[in-house]
Amino acid sequence: MVIAEDRETRYQRPPRTMSLARRETLWGLVFLSPWLVGLVVFTALPIVASLALSLTNFNILHPEELRFVGLDNYARMWSELLTNGAVGQSLGVTARFALMSVPLTIGLALALALLLNHKLLSGKPVFRTLFFMPVLIPLVASTIVWQGFLNGSTGWLAQILHAIGLPAPDWFQDPAWALPGLVFIGIWGIGNMMLIFLAGLQAVPTELYEAVKVDGGGAWARFRHVTLPMISPVLFYNILIGVIAVSQYFTQAYTLDPTGNGRPGGSTFFFNLNLYKEGWTYNNMGYASALAWVMLLIVVAAALVLFRTSARWVFYAGGDK
Amino acid sequence: MSGDALRLPLASNGRTSSTRARPIGIGISRLGVTLFTASLAMIFLLPLGYMILTSVKDNSQVIALNAPVWPASPRNYTAPDGQVYQLYQVPLPNGAVQELALEKPGRIKSTFIDPKTGQEVDWLGNWRGLSPVWSSIEPKFDNFAKVLDILNFPLLLRNTLIVAILGTIGAVTSAVVVAYGFARFRIPGRDGLFLVMIMTIILPFQVLLIPQYIGFRAIGWTGTWLPLIVPHFFANAYNVFLLRQYFLTLPRELDQAAQVDGASPLRILWSVIIPQAWPAIIAVSLFHFFFSWNDFFAPLVYLSGRPDLATMTVGLQAFSATYGTSGSGTLTQAGALLAMLLPVAIFFFAQRVFMRGVVISGVEK
Repeated sequence: MVIAEDRETRYQRPPRTMSLARRETLWGLVFLSPWLVGLVVFTALPIVASLALSLTNFNILHPEELRFVGLDNYARMWSELLTNGAVGQSLGVTARFALMSVPLTIGLALALALLLNHKLLSGKPVFRTLFFMPVLIPLVASTIVWQGFLNGSTGWLAQILHAIGLPAPDWFQDPAWALPGLVFIGIWGIGNMMLIFLAGLQAVPTELYEAVKVDGGGAWARFRHVTLPMISPVLFYNILIGVIAVSQYFTQAYTLDPTGNGRPGGSTFFFNLNLYKEGWTYNNMGYASALAWVMLLIVVAAALVLFRTSARWVFYAGGDK
Repeated sequence: MSGDALRLPLASNGRTSSTRARPIGIGISRLGVTLFTASLAMIFLLPLGYMILTSVKDNSQVIALNAPVWPASPRNYTAPDGQVYQLYQVPLPNGAVQELALEKPGRIKSTFIDPKTGQEVDWLGNWRGLSPVWSSIEPKFDNFAKVLDILNFPLLLRNTLIVAILGTIGAVTSAVVVAYGFARFRIPGRDGLFLVMIMTIILPFQVLLIPQYIGFRAIGWTGTWLPLIVPHFFANAYNVFLLRQYFLTLPRELDQAAQVDGASPLRILWSVIIPQAWPAIIAVSLFHFFFSWNDFFAPLVYLSGRPDLATMTVGLQAFSATYGTSGSGTLTQAGALLAMLLPVAIFFFAQRVFMRGVVISGVEK
């Protein structure tokens, strides 16, 4: 019994196999090491550090005054939220923009993908390239282009609207129209989402469409009962990416108003403009860290809600994931 | 079955009647769909047209009323005595509009010269309300000369290229190596690590940037390009994900054959995996290059106070902050055009590989 057991373990783990498996693990870890080091140095440590910083009054120009302040930074944010101070205002702008921009860009990207997937369309690759192209334009440059294009007197949109006798808003000078103006810039960048939708559409098996046809369903039935469920995983992905993009929104708003105040009248005062101002204009890195952490919590909460509800509306064809 | 049999004759009846109409009917709807898409594309790209045409216009034309869309200049009339007068569209009392040269401008009464006869014509009304006579297409490239100079474009281009190319080298090498590790090696806890990597995608950059900034400042790296380059040598989740997906599609038999021949894992990566994975590697290189070209927040905070090191986007933003509000934007539009020229050109050359990469990283998970 004892001998047999010994022999068995020896057979299970002969020295040579053991060293092979260990060698494979070691090599694997060597290859993963750049990412592992980066994960610790550039991700894990910074997250912990910013949480710690958010509990201090750290000012980068006066590090000697560093003091633990507990939840003071968060209390300040809370009061600024209640009194509609910088935090309340910037969260409001960001949320309003998200509500306008995320559904609109996703809807338009899907519509465009459906059009570019249409069986009667000629020259598909050319159109795909043309609609994708603005994605490659640096955001600072595209903001400048749209600032000119939407100018209330010399911009083309205003001139076209005037020519056909319609009133034209002065987009980026008018607090009511500045955010919709930024939505235009966002729509210009739907190429990524469009491509992902397009790939999702092309992966839908044609037999399913045939089945709807046999059952006498029309175009809407095809879209509602075949297309939409089949592309729900890419729809989910695009919503997630869209939410993440809004949480990081900065460049366009900062180009629009280099003073960082969200001109006109604070209507484009995004969350990250406030964070930049606190962190790099006033050097309040402790408070800025608290702001960053709140944004992290909001994004994680949004992602959790998405993942939780996804079981109800995201359909994975393989059934395995 | 019986239902199908019943339906079949009807269906075939319908088909024969529609086949007759098909060539023309389908042709027309094909044309319709294509034309609709083409006009949509035109509207979509209209702002680019605005940018291009504005960048070759004179400031005065942009703010002038009723100026043509194309770049043009006001036309002049040279009198026999050598004097030069500007031509205007003048509405005459009889309802006709005549092109006349303005000799003596006045608020209530102006004197014009009829270029055809050389005779003076008095006209009642404010000349400022008149539209000048515009030339045909006359693009002016002095905006570009000015922008190249004020923006210090060659310097920005050099800085951006250095940061983008070094960062791309780091991003690609590290992502290839890490993706190889994830795709080909059995490591305890590998799937958990992979999940952690995917989760890092949703982290807002702000939460990492502040401590990173403090750290880089402590070691004296602020005011240098290092914070914009070095972190990219530690593998980005998107890139690793894309490359791993691609590596998984490559047949293992070749790896195993090389292994039997005694090749080391590094050797297999170099001579077996990489030669098969060029499309994915090019896609990742382009991703990083474009990311770097477009990056704004990091260069803004790390290079503040060092305009000699500024990258394209930061330089362009500073330029727009100074020149964007004054004048009509001819200079900023020219600057924007210059800033997008290289990425757009590269995209047109490599669009196939690039768009395939976008799809792999977005769909196939």
